[in-house]
Amino acid sequence: MTDLGPLIPRNREAHPPALDPDYKTSVARSPNLPLLSMESSLSEETGPTFGHGLIGALDNNLILNWTKGAAPAVGERILMHGRVLDERGKPVPNTLVEIWQANAGGRYRHKKDTYFAPLDPNFGGCGRTLTDADGHYQFLTIRPGAYPWPNRGNDWRPMHIHVSVFGHSFGQRLITQMYFEGDPLIPRCPIANTIKDRARLDQLVAPLDMASSRPLDFLAYKFDIVLRGRRQTMFENKLEGM
Amino acid sequence: MVQKLEVLVESASQTAGPYVHIGLMPTYAGNAGAYAQEVGVSPIAEGAQGEIIEIVGSVFDGTGWALRDAMIESWQADAAGRYPGMDGADPAVSGLCRFAADAVTGEFTLRTVKPGATSARGGGTQAPHISLWIVARGINVGLQTRVYFEDEDNSTDPLLARIEQRPRVDTLIAKKTAPGKYRFDIRLQGAGETVFLDI
Ligand SMILES: [Fe+2]
Repeated sequence: MTDLGPLIPRNREAHPPALDPDYKTSVARSPNLPLLSMESSLSEETGPTFGHGLIGALDNNLILNWTKGAAPAVGERILMHGRVLDERGKPVPNTLVEIWQANAGGRYRHKKDTYFAPLDPNFGGCGRTLTDADGHYQFLTIRPGAYPWPNRGNDWRPMHIHVSVFGHSFGQRLITQMYFEGDPLIPRCPIANTIKDRARLDQLVAPLDMASSRPLDFLAYKFDIVLRGRRQTMFENKLEGM
Repeated sequence: MVQKLEVLVESASQTAGPYVHIGLMPTYAGNAGAYAQEVGVSPIAEGAQGEIIEIVGSVFDGTGWALRDAMIESWQADAAGRYPGMDGADPAVSGLCRFAADAVTGEFTLRTVKPGATSARGGGTQAPHISLWIVARGINVGLQTRVYFEDEDNSTDPLLARIEQRPRVDTLIAKKTAPGKYRFDIRLQGAGETVFLDI
């Protein structure tokens, strides 16, 4: 195993603060004390790997995967696609991307979701895939509906897809959300607006991508994801045994 | 204008939300069968070398309430201190586990092998530990921390040595409750707040 160098320290300015009073649940769930910052070690630089044997043929097709191909989900058919890159702009190949989302009516298939929009019997709401050699991934799904949530008097989540990415190091672990270009609920959402810099939030807004949409079939949205990179100079303290 | 740097900015984190289990632990969400094989069901397979241990705990918010919707991932070395993928690593240790707070009691259980000490960058060793990554509704950026063990030699661990307020070291040390059993509670804020890491 080669020592690829330490992880680039996480740029905390790119992320929301732990505490944001407009997102009420964060008030009692945010650490008060500063995080302990240190250079990465093997514990953060290593990470799990996943083989293609893990991924089922329909795992990245949320329109069909819940019924194992028997019947399609209801909703606006979309292709969600993009690349996983690191801060150096290098593609992150063969990494696990997992997504989950509400159905077209804004209802999640979760034992705790009690919103009265109905479940779609043909929609589960989760998908996963591995990026290819160039870091590309693709999902076929339906556009999720917006939904109300208990926070302030009348808060609604914009249409969004939750995205989880591993990278190659446990220290790169990231969960984020993809929003949709033009959704008027984005600037009203206390969760989206935990990200204070509009330009950073815009990085999570997927543009409509007509060039990748398929006539008479689906629209496409492009969503690239950037993970932490590695620092590699001639002057590193090497890890023992590497 | 100065030269342009060729670096990108990491995508901003967003909370995993209350329904994270749909995507990462479908069976827990009530959706068994969504995938033929789920990720991180166990960090070890049959035949893993070393002592099998069980770590039980809860994630408490600032009011002392145990979260019912927290999800945790753990990552660790094998009993000899080798991470999966390293030369000679135990093939029965995948190293990754996903586990969730119980929806009724708020308690989680991690069953694994006790990891060995691992190499530190620039020499020295890290005391045996398991890395944790905690996500939930209300947590905007996944929280990193570590579980060390009270029955191991933690005296020269470089991370523990960096904690200025020595009583806080205790928040990272699992307490032995019985042979092979440990208790590790995580406090998100307030008295006894866990040391969270930026690493
Ligand atoms: Fe959501």
